[in-house]
Amino acid sequence: MTAASHFRTCPTTGLKIDRSAENLIKANAVVAVVFLLLGGLFGLSIALTRWPAVHLLPADWFYLALTAHGFDVLLAWIIFFEMAVLYFASAILLNSRIAAPRWGWAQFWLMLVGALMTNVAVLQGNSSVMFTSYPPLVAAPHFYLGLVLFAVGALIGCAVFFGTLVVARDEKTYQGSVPLVTFGAITAAIIAVFTLACGAIILIPTFLWSVGIISGVDPLMYKLVWWGMGHSSQQINVAAHVAVWYAIGAMVLGAKPISEKVSRMAFLMYILFLQLASAHHLLVEPGVSSSWKIFNTSYAMYLAVLGSMIHGMTVPGAIEAAQRAKGFNKGLFEWLRKAPWGNPAFAGMFLSLVMFGFLGGISGVVMGTEQINLIIHNTIYVPGHFHATVVAGTTLAFMAITYLLVPLIFRREVMFKKIAQWQPYVFGLGIAGISLFMMGAGTLGVPRRHWDITFADALSQFQFSPAAFLMLALNGLSAIVAAIGGAMYIVVVVCSVFLGRKIGDNEVVQLGPVSGAASAAAVARYGNEGTLKIPGTVVLVAVFFVSFVLYYFVNWKYLAEVWPLK
Amino acid sequence: MGIASPRAGWWKEPIHKVELIWIIVAFLWGLGMFFMMIYWHGAGNQNLSNEAYRITPAAFAAKVDEMTEKYTVRQEGAFPVVRPPPGSDVYMMGRVYMWWPMLELVKGETYRLHLSSIDLQHGFSLQPVNINLQVHPGYEMVVTMTPNQLGQFGIVCNEYCGFGHHTMTGRIYVVDNK
Repeated sequence: MTAASHFRTCPTTGLKIDRSAENLIKANAVVAVVFLLLGGLFGLSIALTRWPAVHLLPADWFYLALTAHGFDVLLAWIIFFEMAVLYFASAILLNSRIAAPRWGWAQFWLMLVGALMTNVAVLQGNSSVMFTSYPPLVAAPHFYLGLVLFAVGALIGCAVFFGTLVVARDEKTYQGSVPLVTFGAITAAIIAVFTLACGAIILIPTFLWSVGIISGVDPLMYKLVWWGMGHSSQQINVAAHVAVWYAIGAMVLGAKPISEKVSRMAFLMYILFLQLASAHHLLVEPGVSSSWKIFNTSYAMYLAVLGSMIHGMTVPGAIEAAQRAKGFNKGLFEWLRKAPWGNPAFAGMFLSLVMFGFLGGISGVVMGTEQINLIIHNTIYVPGHFHATVVAGTTLAFMAITYLLVPLIFRREVMFKKIAQWQPYVFGLGIAGISLFMMGAGTLGVPRRHWDITFADALSQFQFSPAAFLMLALNGLSAIVAAIGGAMYIVVVVCSVFLGRKIGDNEVVQLGPVSGAASAAAVARYGNEGTLKIPGTVVLVAVFFVSFVLYYFVNWKYLAEVWPLK
Repeated sequence: MGIASPRAGWWKEPIHKVELIWIIVAFLWGLGMFFMMIYWHGAGNQNLSNEAYRITPAAFAAKVDEMTEKYTVRQEGAFPVVRPPPGSDVYMMGRVYMWWPMLELVKGETYRLHLSSIDLQHGFSLQPVNINLQVHPGYEMVVTMTPNQLGQFGIVCNEYCGFGHHTMTGRIYVVDNK
């Protein structure tokens, strides 16, 4: 048993906080933000290159930046931050000491060394193989080695997380079941184990191939297994950011899940079905049968999508219920109008929820339809979709919870309140633009990962429509807006963490309109069958559903117009 | 709260009616979308055949050459333009950095298009029709295609294949049967 001095008690939430867990959370979160900055700068330079009138980078630098952007934001920023979320959801929320903090540091250093190694390989210029590194394209050996070290480090982090759950249970640091947010984090960690194992399984032979020990890697096999990492890791994000939505709802508004059972069942569906998503990348591939594609691409009849659609109701529903319990009962939407829109944690969380559902969720299901993928595969629609899920969804949610982690974990007051207040809106607007305009250009056939759609140096010419060029220009403008939003986040967070006013050991932080204790009392009184009315959420969900159905069939209509294929 | 342990017995709480209705609606919608894909295989005109073979790059290149030799009708810059007979097997090869050769097809006729690559992975993106297929070295994919528009169509590469990726193009002409 660890000595009591290893803990402090949080005056705001009453949680008992293990200082080693706290240090690990800080280290991972700080490194995550550094990679966000690095990857974000690469991203901006890419969007400015794809803006035909600007065309910033030369071709080789463009492909280099694209490879680095993918790795730094999609893997490094998000998985480092997820490690922080895992330690928070286990040790902190369960009042427990962290299991094996030394292994936690092994996680941190392995991931950091791996991430740096891969970045060095990319910056040396001979590993511009894209984040996906499809063979027979070959990168420098240390490109793959870095990825493997990174994956092994993250696996260790998951092990420390599971170990902490066992410790907390054994030492009875909580009563009954784990909190919903922890349950969501468990979901993320289970998916992460599958994901990272896939990464290691395919990248180790690819590494051996790159140093000449084995003769080749089958390109189709590589894609199947690699996307077991590449896509499933995005499902870690989904599970993690849904957990973050619940956490922010709870911390800022005292929102309680409408029904624990339903929300947990929805998480369970992620564990059971989300891993099938590798198929989304193989829908127009030779050598894979249609029955395999249909079953896998639909996550076994859309059961994982069902999970997300359930969260799509239960998260705003929980917020509506909490707001109504506080007396915002007028009409359908008073609860929403009078929500704390000036609180960046809440604003970021709600924007993340809406954009993930409307932009990312709907487009993802549509393009993951076996036949519709024919008109979308590898067009710039694809990055349009995943910027809505990973940036508008995950990144915005993670940014939002940072505004709570800074006072609670870093014990610093958030500086530049006005900038912080506007940050989610500026970033959200930029990302919405990026997603929509890339999807628009993709609908017009513009390829992803492409330096020059004027084909100036090509042997045979092709002319895209002027609308496609306009879309790419608007995408560039949106990227500038998003970059400003990203810079605002980094300035606020970095300044607050290093220069912000220190929060005293006994000082209570005001996270939202309600204090932790008051909201706990409030939630005890609602949430059961018969006492709960969430008409506003019902309207929002209905709007979502109608948009979904319409957009789905519009795309079948588009498909029906292309040349017959069989 | 979501960050605190739930009350004992939470799993016995009945599910709220609103939630239950949404779960049922969402589940049925999922089933609908699932069966829509199967339905389209029967009723729709845009499906992939699942016909594919393993092939060495050299063997595929030989097939392309054979067709090109037989049916080339003219030369356009670096590219031969090939007009194979309707209903026949047609070959197109991806390589750094071109789609080889150019094809001339007849509107309304059906062709068995064979796609493969002799080096890296490439993306066959027929524009502005917007049909996108992934092309792998070592695999030969067969798609039965019926062009139903007249004109000149570009083929863009939409899978990254090296620093010259953006120069990789090709062309299909669709003409009337005169």
